Amino acid sequence: MSESIMPIAVLFASIFTSNILLTNYLGMCSFLSVSKELKTSTGLGIAVIFVMATTTPLNWLVYQYLLIPFGLEYLRFIVFIIVIAAFVQLTEMTIERYSEGLYQSLGIFLPLITVNCAILGVSLFMVIREYTFLTSFLFGLGSGIGWFIAIIAMAGIRQKLKNAKVPAGLEGPGITLVIAGFMAMAFMGFTGMITLS
Amino acid sequence: MAITLLISITIISLISVFLALLMVIADATIGNYGTVKISINDGSKELEVQGGQPLLKALNQEGVFIPSACGGRGSCGLCKVKVVSGGGQYLPTELPWISDEEKKQQVRLSCQFKVKTDIAIVIPEELFLVKEFKTQVESIRDLTHDIKEVRLKLLDPSEITLKAGQYIQFEVPEYEKTDEKVYRAYSIASSPDDNKHVELEIRLVPNGICTTYVHKHLKEGDAVTINGPYGDFYLRDSDNPIIFIAGGSGMAPIKSILLDMEKKGNNRKASYFFGARSKRDLFLLDELKALEEKMPNFTFVPALSEPLEEDAWKGETGLITDVVRKNVKEGSKCEAYLCGSPGMINACIEVLTELGVLPENIFYDKFS
Repeated sequence: MSESIMPIAVLFASIFTSNILLTNYLGMCSFLSVSKELKTSTGLGIAVIFVMATTTPLNWLVYQYLLIPFGLEYLRFIVFIIVIAAFVQLTEMTIERYSEGLYQSLGIFLPLITVNCAILGVSLFMVIREYTFLTSFLFGLGSGIGWFIAIIAMAGIRQKLKNAKVPAGLEGPGITLVIAGFMAMAFMGFTGMITLS
Repeated sequence: MAITLLISITIISLISVFLALLMVIADATIGNYGTVKISINDGSKELEVQGGQPLLKALNQEGVFIPSACGGRGSCGLCKVKVVSGGGQYLPTELPWISDEEKKQQVRLSCQFKVKTDIAIVIPEELFLVKEFKTQVESIRDLTHDIKEVRLKLLDPSEITLKAGQYIQFEVPEYEKTDEKVYRAYSIASSPDDNKHVELEIRLVPNGICTTYVHKHLKEGDAVTINGPYGDFYLRDSDNPIIFIAGGSGMAPIKSILLDMEKKGNNRKASYFFGARSKRDLFLLDELKALEEKMPNFTFVPALSEPLEEDAWKGETGLITDVVRKNVKEGSKCEAYLCGSPGMINACIEVLTELGVLPENIFYDKFS
């Protein structure tokens, strides 16, 4: 793949073929617990897009200009977590103070996803796959959008599911995991189109 | 090796310090809402609290306890409070717990709702008064062979505001019968007027955790923690004649109500039917006779169901239900207040209904 189309390919791959939720199964806990309602899922999905798109490039900067020069790459787990947590906290506080509307729709979900493993996962993949700054940003954005699509699709299905007769033993998380499996298989159908190393 | 270690420690410390500093600055600027005022129940109480924290926590710190089962995580939906001004929009985390009807009344989930500006809230009067009291046992005396009167002096806070007929929860510390603190409810027997003391009448229940503690372990001068007042067993405002029925330690709330009536010069017609087995189960007769003299419209009717030979009893005999049936006329106008065991209360309700007392005019406090 040529260097110039690489970033765009990463964006699309992270949305569809290498969807962080459905191919890596990261960020499952909030995915399972929040996907009951379409409205809350949308809010949470947007919050994830925002946090992934911002923290990934932020962590790229920290990694390239702080950790590599001092040879501290092995500390990236801890450092990434701290950076994500602090950034999310600051953003939440700012939103809460200055925009009630935005806080209603987005801010309230931010604390819920600080410790979402998908967000840390994106930052760690970025390091492993040696992305550039731009690619990292697009990868974060794409992964967020991918997570968003997955959760609203699931919420839509689960709202329809309310009218279905689910066997007693499968109600709740059980049937949700089965559906997540089917969705993952559907998304895997795209795999041949673009592959991420 | 040592240098690498030192560098990594320094760098990670620097990052942490930098971010921590950032948070501290943000907390003091963006997160600082200054002090805000909470006006409770139309200004009957004003609180000044640190802004930016959940309402539930802010109220708790000021000693106003809103019941909450989950401890403020938004998962039980109990801590509802009416926010009449300064509420703003509902948060998505509140909505699952709030019905459309409650939305119209501006009911909020106090653990999610954050106080950022001056607000006005409405909470039930009872909650507003519920507190934890540190007390000291002032006196213990035997009322009968199995009922003790415990008089507690309130230390901190030193005054209680209550309605006659309400109850408190008695905290039993760990002792041989229990590995953890337990709470038991007891009606207050003293007058609301005597707001620096609380009197309880506690009957020994075989193997009862709290009653055994009180009867066998509690001594004068001991520290006791209580919380309250709770309950809606209090005298309703009307001119209807009152029927009080209680036996044994069920006298406590009735006595409190009577003392309160006497103090306030309430001249409603009232009769108190006090049921006991034999003379040794009767108590505080002198006090009630004295009340009878001070209150022209009050009659005290003690009744024994199994008087002994040596009792030489000349008063009413028979089951309390029969005595009530014999003495009450025109039940349809009466209000009835019952306190005692579930069995006694159910039997009394049956008789009262028979006598024409309306179900909405029968109030009771069941021991359980």
